[in-house]
Amino acid sequence: MCLRGPRGDNRPMIDFLASFELAFQLISGGDAELWRIVTLSIEVSLASAFIACTLGLPFGAFVAVQDFPGRRVVTVVLNALFGLPSVVVGLVVYLLLSRAGPLGSLGILFTPKAIIAAQAILVLPIVAALARQFVEDAWREYREQLTSLGVSAARAVPTLLWDLRYSLLTVVLAGVGRSASEVGAVMIVGGNVDGVTRVMTTAIALETSKGNLPLALGLGFILLGMVLALNAAAYAVREWSAKRHG
Amino acid sequence: MATFARFLNRLTTTWIVAAVVAAAALAFAPGSQADEFITVASTTSTEQSGLFKYFLPEAKKALGFDVHVVAVGTGQALDMGRRGDADVEFVHDKVAEEKFLAEGWGVKRYDVMYNDFVIVGPKSDPANAKGHDVVAALKKIAEAKAPFCSRGDKSGTDAAEKRYWKAAGIEPRGDWYRETGSGMGPTLNTASGMNAYALSDRGTWLSFKNHGDLVILVEGDVKLFNQYGVMLVNPAKYPHVKKEMGQKFIDWVISPAGQATIANYKIDGQQLFFPNYKP
Amino acid sequence: MASAMSLPIEARGLTVRLGGHAALDAVDLRLEGVAPVAVLGANGAGKSVLLRTLHGLLAPSEGAVLWSGSRARPRDQAMVFQRPVLLRRSTLANVEYALAVNGVAGNERRSRAKDALARVGLEALASRPARVLSGGEQQRLALARAWALRPRVIFLDEPTASLDPAAAAEVERIIGEIRAAGTSLVFTTHHLGFARRIASEIVFLHQGRITEKTTAETFFKSPRSAEAAAFLRGELPWQPSHDS
Repeated sequence: MCLRGPRGDNRPMIDFLASFELAFQLISGGDAELWRIVTLSIEVSLASAFIACTLGLPFGAFVAVQDFPGRRVVTVVLNALFGLPSVVVGLVVYLLLSRAGPLGSLGILFTPKAIIAAQAILVLPIVAALARQFVEDAWREYREQLTSLGVSAARAVPTLLWDLRYSLLTVVLAGVGRSASEVGAVMIVGGNVDGVTRVMTTAIALETSKGNLPLALGLGFILLGMVLALNAAAYAVREWSAKRHG
Repeated sequence: MATFARFLNRLTTTWIVAAVVAAAALAFAPGSQADEFITVASTTSTEQSGLFKYFLPEAKKALGFDVHVVAVGTGQALDMGRRGDADVEFVHDKVAEEKFLAEGWGVKRYDVMYNDFVIVGPKSDPANAKGHDVVAALKKIAEAKAPFCSRGDKSGTDAAEKRYWKAAGIEPRGDWYRETGSGMGPTLNTASGMNAYALSDRGTWLSFKNHGDLVILVEGDVKLFNQYGVMLVNPAKYPHVKKEMGQKFIDWVISPAGQATIANYKIDGQQLFFPNYKP
Repeated sequence: MASAMSLPIEARGLTVRLGGHAALDAVDLRLEGVAPVAVLGANGAGKSVLLRTLHGLLAPSEGAVLWSGSRARPRDQAMVFQRPVLLRRSTLANVEYALAVNGVAGNERRSRAKDALARVGLEALASRPARVLSGGEQQRLALARAWALRPRVIFLDEPTASLDPAAAAEVERIIGEIRAAGTSLVFTTHHLGFARRIASEIVFLHQGRITEKTTAETFFKSPRSAEAAAFLRGELPWQPSHDS
């Protein structure tokens, strides 16, 4: 790897303020390409998080409440998959979706669907592991009462998921956030095709590699803003619910 | 027993519902804009030069379908063709391309255009490499052990660089020779950061916004010319290859209209690519 | 499969070990269910453990619990805990949930739930989120939820322990109504006045063993075992007017 050398005197400083202004200009100017990239980013992040949560939340909750042979192994594996390297997922999904691969006939490589699939695979263990932890903690409180009422472990899963909905919102947010910030896997399976599979993160990567650092940073601010807004909204929902439900 | 059956039933139902919802979400997810498109495998340096941003809208107007360009390193681009993930190849490594054809992955190769490589380096030029002879310049850089950033990936640019070193009879090794293992842009970023020499295609250099202290020092050597070729991926190997649309694209690229579009692409008034298709 | 019956409940040689220590030690007990039973004892005597095991929440380490002669846990029982666990839904929805889980059909659920709330005086709070109710209201909701299931037996683990005197009195009144309606009650409490007023029989536990099982009257007037006597002495001397 190339190592950083000593800075010269006349090297341009990264001007954060200039990037901020650039970001603002892009947004207020209604740059068409920017909005295409932003909406695609939102769509694929939400879609992949949705799939991951639909499968992962019940699975995590189930592992938390139902005793079954191999449960401890599953828990350890889930927690380990938390740190699944995204480039590995990207590579595996690419090999699966490639025409030369088993799922090639689906023809979804280099389309948003491939991105959604790869991101869903990445986010699923995160959502499941977190859900498992939340539900396990809550189960200690609920277990006796629910068992007394005649609720089986499996029947308890939807009940707990709904009752813990405000805490699990944090989990869903973690999933969306992880999706929105993914770049490696998205690059590999999406191909960063202009206008088709270019999302915020891959656009930032491209502009950075073109040396267009102010623009890259500007896009970065916009991405941060999106994620911040999402989290603020979720926080507001939780505050409202705490007042209402206690 | 009945309770277990009920338990399994409820569990399975939940999972089936979850899986169906998830599959539906995937199925109705945003697809590609148009179903009419071809996939072209090309290189990062070509994309970063900005050619495609200029050139593809013209192509769409002329052809009526979209062209999706996936830009990776040359090695990876040809690999995509071998895997059937692209319809057309548009790269710049004649040796590798001919090998691709010989192995039966491509149908026919056409010359399209050339651009040139340049050696960039610090304005102060510590190795005194400036001139019009790339081999001589590399010899001087190695002698002076001046820092040199190389791409070190399987790209056309990297292959060319390795050929020049070979021509100079030098095997570049040592602290001064740094391989970044990345694309043209990141390599230039690093070179700019450490005031090093580097080999780059002119296009990427001109559209690169982080020049730092670096300028073009070596250019104009015929050896530095970088030839682009275009090939249709062989439909005999992969029947799904969009051969009609792919061939139409190739035909347009080598047509007078396509060649003129290439010539018209300029950065700061400088033409980057020189069309040179000869029937 | 036909729902098994709860009564009579029988413990045979019941031993329950928790954390290496025998919380219940070779307990033999038979509850016919006709008369309300209070399980009394000092802290740590094993009262809660006994209740939970009889309800089927804890598994015996040795011995067995039989309901109507069968080891299969029947569904016609309910339990009210010292602190009720309520779902994040409305008061009414909490009762409806219990009914739904026990197979009561949609339209019947609503009417039975409303009925149960009315009997405990919570009908005005039906649409209030259950978790914002006061302690006493929550316990009344737990009672309504248990009662709505029309169980044969209701277990109550220190139902008034966390409540202020007014709420405790209200809860006691409701429990009295449940008793009058014919549901069997098995409960533990530290409030001896409450035990005296509601229970017909007393089971006294000392260090995981039953040392006495008599009528309430006998127990409070002249307990036979030394431990029971000591227990009653240890409590503040009470007269009917100082009931707690």
